[in-house]
Amino acid sequence: MKKTMDSFLKRLQKAFATLFAIFLVSAMMISCGVKDSDLQSAIDQKIQATPEMTGVSAAVQDGVVTLSGECKDDACKLFTENTVKGMKGVKSVVNNTTVAPPPPAPVTIAADDALVKGVADATKDFKDVKATVNDGVITLTGEIKRSDLKTLMQSLNTLKPKKIDNQLVIK
Amino acid sequence: MALQEKYKQLIDTATSSGVGNLQVREQDNVLYIDGEAPSGAIKDQLWDIYNTIDPDYRAGDLVMNINVAGIAPGSQLKVATKSSNLNIRKGPGTDQPIVGKAGHDEMVTLLSKTNDQWWLIRNAKGEEGYVYTQYLAQ
Repeated sequence: MKKTMDSFLKRLQKAFATLFAIFLVSAMMISCGVKDSDLQSAIDQKIQATPEMTGVSAAVQDGVVTLSGECKDDACKLFTENTVKGMKGVKSVVNNTTVAPPPPAPVTIAADDALVKGVADATKDFKDVKATVNDGVITLTGEIKRSDLKTLMQSLNTLKPKKIDNQLVIK
Repeated sequence: MALQEKYKQLIDTATSSGVGNLQVREQDNVLYIDGEAPSGAIKDQLWDIYNTIDPDYRAGDLVMNINVAGIAPGSQLKVATKSSNLNIRKGPGTDQPIVGKAGHDEMVTLLSKTNDQWWLIRNAKGEEGYVYTQYLAQ
């Protein structure tokens, strides 16, 4: 009778040990993974602290991070992705960030020498128009017929001046 | 951005009428609009809108460099002077000697485009030289 009881207790003990082991392993597995909310705030902090990541935002779902927003160039896009990939608890990264289009090239302004020559050609047929060029700015004085104004302005606008200061008296 | 608002109608018309290589840039309080109009009529229309927004082009806040696209060497162009002959010159500039004349409304052949102001042409008599493009029309 005692023997039977002993073996029953032993089996019970064994069963508890197995259950405990399963509990322990699963608890460890859970603690190994980082909660989405914690990961979210860690990434948000990282973005705030990293100037290259300005303009990027992240959304976390089951350890998968989706990046969106705008990066200034491809290098920045890759940097952002790799930075997030390297963070603890990130399973994978979906990089949906876009690269901003390059800013337009600055406007080319013609040199004064070229402008002076161009202005002389353009005003040749308008005897009462006087034009001066200074630092890219064409200043028009004198007189012109209204019907000639558009022709003159069209010519001058092709010369790549900085601006045209039209002080002409229009007859 | 304020200037783009002021000239919005102009920019919108340029976009909708198919102006190619359209660039709209603002720099030091001047708006620069560059592009290639599909026809001389569209270019004229844009200039008329410009004149409506800024009567007599007084404000000095826009430089609009719109050329007419698709005029290739070999094209026939009409001399669009008011009434006088158009000087054909040895080189691109009014300081260059006159080598021929093209009459008002005469057709000439484009040989090459030197720059936005001067094109090399040949007239009906076979005289070749440079003329001021402002006086050529399609």
